[in-house]
Amino acid sequence: MTETVLFDHQTVEEALNQMAGAMTAAEIFLVGIHSGGACVADAIQRRLEQKGCTVFRGNLDISFYRDDLDTIAPHPLVRTSELPFDVAGKDIWLIDDVLYTGRTIRAAMDEIFDYGRPASIRLAVLVDRGGRQLPIAAETTGLNFEALAGCTVELVTDGAWTIEQRQVK
Amino acid sequence: MRPLKHLFGIADLDREQIEYLVNLGDSFIEINRRPLKKAPTLRGKTIINLFFENSTRTRTSFELAGKRLSADVINISASTSATKKGETLLDTGQTLAAMQPHVLVIRHSLAGTCELLADYLPNTALVNAGDGAHEHPTQVLTDLLTLKQAWGSPEGKVITMVGDIAHSRVARSHLLAAKKLGYTMRVVAPKTLLPSQIERYGCEVYHDFDAALPGSDAVYMLRVQTERLTDSCAFPSIREYHEAYGLNVKRLRAAGSDCIVMHPGPMNRGVEISTDVADSAKSHILRQVEHGVAVRMAVLAALCGGHAEEKKEGSRKQLSDEAMQAQGTLL
Repeated sequence: MTETVLFDHQTVEEALNQMAGAMTAAEIFLVGIHSGGACVADAIQRRLEQKGCTVFRGNLDISFYRDDLDTIAPHPLVRTSELPFDVAGKDIWLIDDVLYTGRTIRAAMDEIFDYGRPASIRLAVLVDRGGRQLPIAAETTGLNFEALAGCTVELVTDGAWTIEQRQVK
Repeated sequence: MRPLKHLFGIADLDREQIEYLVNLGDSFIEINRRPLKKAPTLRGKTIINLFFENSTRTRTSFELAGKRLSADVINISASTSATKKGETLLDTGQTLAAMQPHVLVIRHSLAGTCELLADYLPNTALVNAGDGAHEHPTQVLTDLLTLKQAWGSPEGKVITMVGDIAHSRVARSHLLAAKKLGYTMRVVAPKTLLPSQIERYGCEVYHDFDAALPGSDAVYMLRVQTERLTDSCAFPSIREYHEAYGLNVKRLRAAGSDCIVMHPGPMNRGVEISTDVADSAKSHILRQVEHGVAVRMAVLAALCGGHAEEKKEGSRKQLSDEAMQAQGTLL
């Protein structure tokens, strides 16, 4: 397994600044997808609060909304989904670290609708690695990198944040 | 982890599988507390609850578990089933299996019912929701989730179980789980309500409730199953039973300030448990009921998930010793 750093700490920080800059409203509703998306949402929240925005935060674990139960058993350690605000009528920013097939985003949208009917959902991702299998696109993308199918693209949050590519097998 | 094809009892599970189901159940608690209690995990799956014995809470719990995960759930009770018209258990099982459900949840008064049916229903996952005096695995998984929330882990703790140990499938399942997870079972009952060879489970046996209380981390009261005891002379009177084996505030105090109270329900207030204890802050009884739905969601999701090919194990062809022994208790 080989690891390559695709984007260094500096680039990731700038991408996060750019994502936060794209969000303009007095009240912002951020929903992060566990676990990487929740970290990115936290980082964006700090930036928005420095600008003086009021931020409402939620997190989703989409394990129970996956479409592949027939091929893999449910993962035992599922983090709790929590949307501590009423989603009905809100403009929601859905946040994830890496956008790939789009299946996670579909599942997350399903889960949000189980809490209520938002006015809108927009997607913000730190990295778009290509390879979409569903008609889903991000409103705001921090970084772009066209990765091959046999690779994973990951946000590394131990120490200074970087984006790494790993070859699987 | 070994994949789960059926859930016959705690006897068939290893520690890893037990902890997997309990942890997965923990994750499902949150869905049950949402305003909209629905996740699409089991969409398109069919679950049949086949209850030959009366049950309100277990059946409701399984039904809610299936429905909240978007499965289609059918309930059949013996009083309305073809069993009344003379159909055999095997025919009922095969008839229902021919309708292609993914999971059959079965409660029956005979030990080993699921194990017996499994040989004839190769394509259906079977869940034991209580078979005679044999096992009640989902109740024990439920209790383990309640204990996880209370203590983190049951390892090294002492659970004192009081009442009709001989006829209790909950007791048998706990005795088996205790060995696998490393907690101590202390059983308390008059000799008439203990099964023969109780020593083989490696538990501590007491006949005096007061002597068993010190050092208990949980007191687990069993219901006096009057429907199973009508003809026997297990104890002289309800009042005398309450005096000797009922949990009251004084006894609870003797067990120590951190001791919690559990009961699988339904409770007989004034028989095995006094009202003030049942309603006290130490009582985890309603939490057990809440966790029951979450654990059953976990069991159904685990049985429906994963590769079908991995699960084609050889059939057993005969009842386990545990089931034979449990059936013997009743004869």
